[in-house]
Amino acid sequence: MHMADALISPAVGGTMWAATAGLTYYSAKKLRDNLDDRRVPLMGVLGAFIFAAQMINFTIPGTGSSGHLGGGMILAILLGPYAAFLTMASILTVQALFFADGGLLALGCNIFNLGFFPCFIAYPFIYRKIVGARLTRGRIVLGAMLAAIVALQLGAFGVVLETWGSGISELTFKTFVLMMQPIHLAIGVVEGLVTAAVVTFIVQARPEILATAPAGQGEGPGFKKVLAGLLLVAVVTGGGLSWFASTHPDGLEWSIAHVTGKEELTAPEQGLHAVMAWIQEQTAFMPDYNFAKEDKAEPAKGEAWPEVNAGTSMAGIVGILMTLALAGLIGLGLKRYYPKG
Amino acid sequence: MAKIDTSFLDIGYLDTLAYQASPIQRLDPRVKLLTTLVFIVLVVSFDKYAITGLIPFIIYPVVMVALGNLPAGFILKKMLWAAPFAVFIGIFNPLLDRHILIYLGPVGISGGWISFASIMLRFFLTVSAAFILIACTGFNTVCMALEKMGVPKSLATQLLFLYRYIFVLGEEATRLTRARSLRSFNGKGKGIKVFGHMIGQLLLRTLDRAQRLHTAMLCRGFDGEIRLVRTFRLGVGDLAFFLSWTGLFILLRWYNLPQLLGNLVTELIR
Repeated sequence: MHMADALISPAVGGTMWAATAGLTYYSAKKLRDNLDDRRVPLMGVLGAFIFAAQMINFTIPGTGSSGHLGGGMILAILLGPYAAFLTMASILTVQALFFADGGLLALGCNIFNLGFFPCFIAYPFIYRKIVGARLTRGRIVLGAMLAAIVALQLGAFGVVLETWGSGISELTFKTFVLMMQPIHLAIGVVEGLVTAAVVTFIVQARPEILATAPAGQGEGPGFKKVLAGLLLVAVVTGGGLSWFASTHPDGLEWSIAHVTGKEELTAPEQGLHAVMAWIQEQTAFMPDYNFAKEDKAEPAKGEAWPEVNAGTSMAGIVGILMTLALAGLIGLGLKRYYPKG
Repeated sequence: MAKIDTSFLDIGYLDTLAYQASPIQRLDPRVKLLTTLVFIVLVVSFDKYAITGLIPFIIYPVVMVALGNLPAGFILKKMLWAAPFAVFIGIFNPLLDRHILIYLGPVGISGGWISFASIMLRFFLTVSAAFILIACTGFNTVCMALEKMGVPKSLATQLLFLYRYIFVLGEEATRLTRARSLRSFNGKGKGIKVFGHMIGQLLLRTLDRAQRLHTAMLCRGFDGEIRLVRTFRLGVGDLAFFLSWTGLFILLRWYNLPQLLGNLVTELIR
C-alpha cells in the first residue's frame, strides 16, 4: 500500500527521504565498487518487467478477488539486495510521477517500506538463510513465503508508524495496526506463493540463472552493517518524530481547546490577529501613510468579534470563493494571452 | 484489458505534452523540480484542519496548466484514478472525530469532515503538482535534472532504462493477458499456476532481452558508464520563475489570504 502526500507531515516525509537517500547512496556505492556492466541493462529491464508483471492478474481461489506481483522479493533474488533496492526505488518513482501512486514527499516512505524491508531484511536474513544455494522446491516455497510475509508485515507496520506519526489521519495507532497487519498477512501469503511459483519455474526452465545470480552479485550486507544502519535509521526517525511531536501538538491542543469550549473563540481571533498584524506591519513600515487611520478603526471591530461566531465561517467561505474566482480568472486570462504557447 | 491499453497510452501522452513549445516547457528542469518540491512541502506543512489557507495554492496548478497549455480535464481524470488511498484512509476522520468545529448557520460541521476536506485538498494539490511537473518537463529531462542535482548516476540511468522498457514489456504483458483471456472459459486457467508460468516466461524473455541489450551496448562502446549529453544553463528567467513562485508560496503560507479577503468583504458589507 502506497502512502500519499496528503496524509504525511513534512517532518515524517523529510526523515524518510533522508533515510532513503542514505540507503540509495550506499547501494549505488556498493554497485560501483563491484562493477559488472551487464547489470546496467539488466536492472532497467527487470524494473520494467515488474511493471509489466503487475498488469497480469490471477484469480485467488475461493475469494473472487485477484492478486498480482509486488516484486521486491523477486528482484532481490535475481539481482541481490543493492541492485534490487535501486530498481525498486526507480519503480516507485515512476509510479509516483505517472500514476500518483504515493506522492513525491511520500516517496521516501514508500521506497523505505517497499524496498528496504524486502531487500535488506527479508532477503538476506530469511530467504538466503533458508534457500541459499540449495534450490529445492520445498525450500524455495518456504523461503519465499516467509520472506514475503515478513517483508510485507514490516512494510505495513512502516505505513502505520509513518501515518500515525504524521497526525493527519484520525485513526488511532491500535486500530490502524489491527486494520493493516491482517490484510498484509494475506497479501504476503499471495506474494510468497507468486514469488515461489516464478522462482520454481525459473529453476525448472533455466537453472543456471539462479545458480549464478547470487554468486555474481557479491555478498549480502554484513550483519553488523545492517544493524548499524538500522540503528542509525531508528535514531534519525526517533529524532525526527520527537521534534515533530514537540513542534506540532495540534491534535492535543485542539482537543483541550474543545473541552474548554474556547476553540470557537480562538479561531476568529486568529483571523483578526492576522489582519491586525498585517495592518500593523504596514503602518510600522510606512507610518506617514493613511493606514494609521484604519488601524484606529480596528479595535471597534475587535469588540464585535466574539459574538459573530458564524461570521468568521462566513468570512472564510466568502474568502475561499473569491480566491477561487481570482485563480480562475488568472487562469483564463493566461489562456487567452498565450493561446498556444 | 482495454483499461490496460489506455492506461499505457496515458503515460505516453503525459510525457508528450512536454514536447510542446511554451515558456514553461522551455524552463530549466531543475528549477521546475525544486519549485514542485517547495510547493508540496509547504502544502503538507499546514495543520490538519487547514482549508482556507490551502485554497490560494490552487493558483500554481491553474497558472501552470494555462501557461503550459496542458489539458486540465485529462489531468483531473488521472487524479480520480489515484484518489482511492487518500479517500480510504481519510474517510475515517469524519467517523472518529465528531466534535463540531464550525457552524454554518444552524448546521454544525464536525472536525472530522473539515480534516477530511483538508486531506482531499492536499491530495489534489500535491498530485496535480507531480503530474504538472512531468507534463511540462518530460520524464527523461527530469531524470537528467536529478542526475545534475546529485542523485547517484546508477539511479538516474536506471530510471531512464526503466522508462524506456516499460512500454516494450508492457505491450508484451498485454499480449500475454489477451492470449490467456481468449483461451480461458468460465475463468478457467486464470489461477496461480498458469500465472506463475506466464510471469516466468515473461521473465525469461526479459532476461534474454537484457542480454541482447548488453551486447548491443557493448557494440556501441559501452564501458560501464552511461554518459548523458545535455547541458542545462540557468538563465535569468529560470531564477525569476523559481524565486517568484517560492516567494508567493511562502507569502501564502504565512498569510491566510481567503480569511483576510473574507473578513474584509464581510466587514465592508456590514
